[in-house]
This record gives sequence, structure tokens and C-alpha cells, in this order.
Amino acid sequence: MERVIAMDLVSLVEREGMREGIPEFRPGDYVRVHYKVIEGGRERIQPFEGTVIARQRGGIRETFTVRRVSYGVGVERTFPVHSPRIDRIEVLRRGRVRRAKLFYLRGLSGKESRIEEKRQK
Amino acid sequence: MSKAILGKKLGMTQVFDEAGVLVPVTVIQAGPCTVVDVRTQEKHGYDAVQVGFEPVSEAKLSLPVRGYYKKRGVGPFRYLREFRLKGEAKLDRGAVLTVDMFRPGERVDVTGTSIGKGFAGGVKRWNFRRGPMAHGSKYHRGPGSLQSRDAARVFPGRKMPGHLGNERVTIRNLRVVKVDPEKHLLLVEGSVPGTRGSLLTIKETTVRKGGNPRA
Repeated sequence: MERVIAMDLVSLVEREGMREGIPEFRPGDYVRVHYKVIEGGRERIQPFEGTVIARQRGGIRETFTVRRVSYGVGVERTFPVHSPRIDRIEVLRRGRVRRAKLFYLRGLSGKESRIEEKRQK
Repeated sequence: MSKAILGKKLGMTQVFDEAGVLVPVTVIQAGPCTVVDVRTQEKHGYDAVQVGFEPVSEAKLSLPVRGYYKKRGVGPFRYLREFRLKGEAKLDRGAVLTVDMFRPGERVDVTGTSIGKGFAGGVKRWNFRRGPMAHGSKYHRGPGSLQSRDAARVFPGRKMPGHLGNERVTIRNLRVVKVDPEKHLLLVEGSVPGTRGSLLTIKETTVRKGGNPRA
């Protein structure tokens, strides 16, 4: 049997459950998450649109938080990036931001909470 | 034979199950274990198999132990443990136990040595409540009263500070999440005793079906 370092095997197990084909997205981007919900035995896709305000890295445990203001109420949802319940993630707009966690958006509204679009090179 | 195998705790992670729920798991490298010797009712007074786990360089063993393996023509191994046999099925010397015997969804009991905590006070060891840390209080993490004044002695079994951890602990009725026969890996839901790299014994659970599934 080949000798492997213990933690390597753990990360191997992790990698196995990880998804491929997840689009590259960063905090500040405006995304639409197609999330599968099971309702009374039936599965349907529920899109959730908003700004990515944080990404918590960590292999298979990686999560991202999407924020949107819906009917004047701020709604934030955190999804595991590698969850099989996510059908797909659409990146609709790239935002230009200067920090990794955009929690300051929670205190802003209207014009202040806009995020400038990233200029394409 | 009732199912049993030796393993090594590799660490913890999480995996998604079929329902898309993230399950915390412990990754165990289980087996392969080779039967080194067989104990029989006639000769030893009980039925059991002695199995070895994790091949080791001969240089690490003492001469008597080397001789023990040489005589039996197997090994050498780092760990030697016995499993009691129940039922009829017999294993011969040289037979190999692998994780193959377990299936996802089965329940197992995992035994190991808990992480040593050293000399611990009552708060950590017995979940005593602590006193106020401020506002003039000078009673912080003490054990409190040991008994009533009338008793004039301390009854046996009084919970007191002392050594915590580094003892044999069995976690029962853990669910097998995944089996990887190729890499000899066993994924078990939840935590198991010990540090990474410590020896574990994995057995078919003794909890009867219909008991509390979360116990």
C-alpha cells in the first residue's frame, strides 16, 4: 500500500465531493443562484438573485453569502458552494470592490449601496 | 464472525449525502488487518482471533516480538489486538480483514483512547458550575462543598479534580457514511475518540435496532 500522509487522505475525501464547473465569482459580483428546493416531494428550482458579499473558503465547506434588498427588507442567504442542491450559478455582473467582505453594505441603502461595475480590459 | 476491524483516525471533514445535506464525518483508515493467530476454546479456553494492523519495520520491534511473528510466518505489524469470535465462522491465520465488510448505512461502535487533558478541575472534568469571576467574588472555579457538615466525612465517589482523558472511550451506534475499499477508508458520521493517527477499533454496533438512532 502506498504511503500517504494522513491529512492528504482527508483532503482526498474532500475533493471527491467537490463540484466542478462552478463559475469564478467574487464578492461584489451580482449573481443568480438556481437553488433546488424540495416541496411536498416535488423538486423545483428557486432562483435567488443578489450581490455576493462574502466568500468563506475552506475546501468542501466553502460558502458564499448573497444579499439582496427585497421589498425594502434586506435578505441574505448563505449557500455552500459545493452543495448538490445548487443547480447552477449565473454571474450577471462583475462588481469593482476593494475589500473581501462587503458587510458595510448592510448599513447602506439606495444610491450608496450601488456597486460600480468592473471595467473589462 | 461479528464484524470488527482495526483502524487509524485520519481526521474529520464533511461530505454531502444524497439529499444534499452536509454531514460531519471522521475519516478512518481501517485495515487491512491480517489474522496473526487463532485462539481456540480447546487450547486457550476462549475463541478469538488475533489480528495485526499496519506493517512495520522489523527494526522497530524487540527480539521476542520479532520471533513471535517469525514463528507464525506473518507480519510484522505495529499493532496486535484480539477480537472475540461469536458464532461459527472461522478465520485462519493469514486471512485478511478489510473495510469491505461494512456497508454504508450500517451502525458501528468505535473505541479509542480519548485525548489526554491532564489534571483537570471540577469545572472541566465534571461540568461543575463556576462562580462569578468579578464583582468582588473570590470564588471562581472551585469545587464547592464536598458534603454536609453533619456527615463529617466525604462519601466515596465524590466528584473531584483529577486526571481527565487518555482513557478508553467507546462511541456507540455511529452511522457508516461511506466505504472505500480501494484506499481502505471508512467514513463514519460524527466524531470519534482520540487524536489524529491514534488507533481505533471499529465493531458492529451492540445497540439493538429500534433504539434511539441519534444516541
